Amino acid sequence: MSKPHLLVHEQKDTVGVVVVEGLKAGTDMLCVVTHDNSDFRLAAKMDIPIGHKVALKDIKKGDTIWKYGQDIGKAVADIGKGEHLHVHNAKTKRW
Amino acid sequence: MSIVANFDLVKGKLGRIKGRKIEAPEFKVPMVKRPTGRSLDSFHGWRRENGRVGVRNHVLLLPLDDLSNAACEAVANNIKGTLAIPHAYGRLQFGEDLEVHFRTLIGTGSNPNVAAVIVIGIEDGWTKRVVDGIAKTGKPVVGFGIEGHGDIATIAKASYVAKEFVQWATELQREKCGIEELWVSTKCGESDTTTGLSSCPTVGNMYDKWIPRGVYGVFGETSEITGAEHLCKARAATPEVGERWYKMWKAYQDDVIEAHKTDDLSDSQPTKGNIAGGLTTIEEKALGNLEKIGRECKFIDILEPAEAPTKGPGLYYMDTSSAAAECVTLMAAGGYVVHTFPTGQGNVIGNPIVPVIKITGNPKTMRTMPEHIDVDVSGILRRDLTISQAGDALIQNIVRTANGRMTAAEALGHREFSMTKLYRSA
Repeated sequence: MSKPHLLVHEQKDTVGVVVVEGLKAGTDMLCVVTHDNSDFRLAAKMDIPIGHKVALKDIKKGDTIWKYGQDIGKAVADIGKGEHLHVHNAKTKRW
Repeated sequence: MSIVANFDLVKGKLGRIKGRKIEAPEFKVPMVKRPTGRSLDSFHGWRRENGRVGVRNHVLLLPLDDLSNAACEAVANNIKGTLAIPHAYGRLQFGEDLEVHFRTLIGTGSNPNVAAVIVIGIEDGWTKRVVDGIAKTGKPVVGFGIEGHGDIATIAKASYVAKEFVQWATELQREKCGIEELWVSTKCGESDTTTGLSSCPTVGNMYDKWIPRGVYGVFGETSEITGAEHLCKARAATPEVGERWYKMWKAYQDDVIEAHKTDDLSDSQPTKGNIAGGLTTIEEKALGNLEKIGRECKFIDILEPAEAPTKGPGLYYMDTSSAAAECVTLMAAGGYVVHTFPTGQGNVIGNPIVPVIKITGNPKTMRTMPEHIDVDVSGILRRDLTISQAGDALIQNIVRTANGRMTAAEALGHREFSMTKLYRSA
C-alpha cells in the first residue's frame, strides 16, 4: 500500500490524524482506517501540521467528536469537512 | 525554538547562535550480535539476596531529606561507581504524604537494580527508618545522621563504606534468568496523536505477549485516564478490582481536580506540548494513553504510589501523577527494573536506577531529536510496520537493555528522581 497521509482509528470516527510532514491545502489525501485497513480519499482544505486532526465530515457547533470510536469532546464552532480540528474549534466536555 | 525575554541584557549573544544547525557527524560502529528467537526468552541479570533480579548494579547514596543532598553528592564525588540521587523533600512531612516519602525512598533502595545503599539524613531517627526498610531485602545498607558530626566527618565515614560497597558490588556476576523475572513498567510523555496510533500500542503489544508469560507490568497516570475511565474500569480482572479502581479515580477527580482547578486544565492536561502535537482534549489523550495496556491484559490489583505488588505476576495499576519523572520514580520504587516510555513530541526523561526505553512513532521527532529515541516505530504511520512487528522490536530492545545496553537516556545522563508530594509540609 502506498504511504497514507491520514490515519483514522475506527469507522465511527469523525476525525483523522495527519501522519506526514508539510501537508498542503488541496492535497488529495489517502486516508486509512487502521481498525480494518480500509481506505478512502479526502481533500485537505488547509495546510495542516503532522499529528493534527482533520474533520472527516461537516461537524456542527455542539456536536460530539468521535475518535477511537469514543467521545473525545465537542465542537465549539462549525467545522467543515477537510478542515483543521483543534483547540480553536473543539474542547473537552470534562473539568 | 529560542524563548527570549529581556534579551537586551545579554547583548545579542543569542543572536549569534540563532539558527545554527548542529548535525551529528557520519559514523559507524561495529555490529553487535543481537538476541533473536529463543535468546529473547532470557537475559543476564543480578540476582539479589531476596531472589529478585536486577538489570543494573548501582551503589546508591540516598538522601533522607533535601539537607543531606550535599553530603551524598560529596561522597559520590569521592568514590567512583557510586550514584547520589538528590531530591527536594523530607522535612516536616506528615500523614499519608510522609508515608509516600518513606515508601519511595525505601522502595528505591530496595529495587533490585541497586546492589547496596548508603542513606544519609539530617538526624538518626528517620534515617534508621529508611535503613531498616531497605535492610529487609537482605542487601548491604548503612545509614549516617549528620547532626552532632557535621558534613565533613559524615562524608569521610560514608566514603570509607562506599568504597567497600563499590568494590564488593563490582565483583557480583550476572546470571541467566528467564524473562518472566523481569518487572516492566510503562508511562508515556510529551504525547501527541502519534503515540495513540503507534508507540502506545507497541507497548500494549509487548504486554499482551509478555504478561501471560509471567512478567510483572504496571501502568498508572490517574488524571490521564479521564475520558477513558469506562474502558479502564472494564480492564480490571474482576468487578471488585474495577470498583476499587473507579473509586480511586473518582476520588482524585473530586478531591484534587475539582477542589483546586482554576480553569478546564487546558495547558496542563493536555499540556502545551501535547497541544502542539495535535492532541485537543483530555479524553483524546486518555484514549491514546490506555493503548499501552494492549488488547488482552487485565489489571489484577491497584497499588498505592510506590507500593510493591504482592498478588503475583500480572499487570497492576499504580495511582500516580501523570508527570513523567514523578511517575517513573514511583514505579521504580515499586520494584520495576525496566521502564518503557512512549513519546510523541520527544520527552527526554530518564531515571537514576531504572533504564528508561523511549519509543516514538513520530517521524518529525525521529528527524529532529533521534539521540533520545531507543525504538523507532514510525513505520507504523507509513503502514510498513505492523503493531505486532513493533512489539517484537520493543521486546528485543528490552532484552538488550536488560543485558546491559545503555538506553539513550542513560547515555545522555538523565537521572530524574522526583518525589511525589501530596500536600504542604507542616
